[in-house]
Amino acid sequence: MTQPLDILVETPSQTAGPYVHIGCIPTFAGVEGVYPEDLGLSPIEDGAKGEVITIVGSVYDGTGWAMRDAMIESWQPDAAGLFPGQDGADPKVSGFCRFAADKDSGEFTLRTIKPGSVKGRNGQVFAPHISLWIVARGINIGLNTRIYFEDEDNSADPLLARIEQRPRVDTMIARKTGDGTYRFDIRLQGEGETVFLDL
Amino acid sequence: MTDTAALMPRRREVHPDPYYLDYKTSITRSPSLPLLSMESTPSEETGPRFGHNKLGALDNNLICNYTQGKSLAVGERIRVHGRVLDETGRPVPHTLVEIWQANAGGRYRHIKDTYFAPLDPNFGGCGRTITNENGYYEFMTIRPGAYPWPNRANDWRPMHIHFSIFGHAFGQRLISQMYFQGDPLIDLCPIAATVRDRSQLDRLVAPLDMQNSRGMDYLAYKFDIVLRGRRQTMFENKPEGM
Repeated sequence: MTQPLDILVETPSQTAGPYVHIGCIPTFAGVEGVYPEDLGLSPIEDGAKGEVITIVGSVYDGTGWAMRDAMIESWQPDAAGLFPGQDGADPKVSGFCRFAADKDSGEFTLRTIKPGSVKGRNGQVFAPHISLWIVARGINIGLNTRIYFEDEDNSADPLLARIEQRPRVDTMIARKTGDGTYRFDIRLQGEGETVFLDL
Repeated sequence: MTDTAALMPRRREVHPDPYYLDYKTSITRSPSLPLLSMESTPSEETGPRFGHNKLGALDNNLICNYTQGKSLAVGERIRVHGRVLDETGRPVPHTLVEIWQANAGGRYRHIKDTYFAPLDPNFGGCGRTITNENGYYEFMTIRPGAYPWPNRANDWRPMHIHFSIFGHAFGQRLISQMYFQGDPLIDLCPIAATVRDRSQLDRLVAPLDMQNSRGMDYLAYKFDIVLRGRRQTMFENKPEGM
């Protein structure tokens, strides 16, 4: 026998199901009047420093179908790479957003500011990125990935550097489609499968 | 934000299989390639915080929050309560807990739910609260009904309440479901069965808690939740290579 480790075990995940919107973005589900407004409507307030950008995309299942019922959460730092709560962080950046695939087209839109690069431990520096968490019916545990940007220098990013099959790096990079606009598609399975993270 | 230690790696074996044949939708919605693993970074170690100022007085009372207290929902009155802890056993204070559920007849108030059980005009089906300094939370609600769903020819969901928990780090984010002690449909449900280890599934089944029930008013169910913890070390910022 040994001493017990006294480490608990994380509660198992279960799918968010098709009605996740009721709990997380009730007005999307048609549930009005319980809360004054849905949580996480925008990651920024007017006056946030940095370049305002819009990212549009879809979440595709293994057949190539744009899912109509996915919900996504995003988390990011401000334009200087500081997260809310850190000293000097932009008070106009909450960093958190919740958005759903459109129920008719399956397309999502995230309007935010472009984040700065992030300092990690031991001198690591991560290229500007937005973290995503994707849940839906049929997704048994939420999927994590990141949006990087094709007009930033991603060459020294410590996470992207770990992707052995270099063409797969592209699955985490948003394509510029215009002035301040980007396209970022997420493929759950099959050809062009997005790199999902276990961090 | 004060604590930026690395998160303990997620123990994937306690979680559901992403691909599970009997849960048909998971077949095309599960990654087929391995996840990319790495030590957590500030993007996972920080996370959104929500204050009490975001919450209304009735937000954690689903019996009356849809009518803002004017009328009561139909169903068996229950209180659901418990603690949010992390893997180190410490409470997670001041964190947002959201729930959603079907009404007593097993019908969701959602544009896409067309089950013929009727909507309850006094029930919306969502609630939220923030844990106190000891990680404790509670809701008042009604026991949700079981309902059939399109999967195999005759699949039924056991009575359940969906839970969404934030913790203090984006990497702790978790959505799960609470089941009810004694429900025979748990053993038949392919979504519950995605958790392969029965002892882990048992941790999603809330026991009846008569000591916290109230006579002539409500039954209580206890549901504790564990989020990922942070590694405890004084050597977190050592020089590279040391």
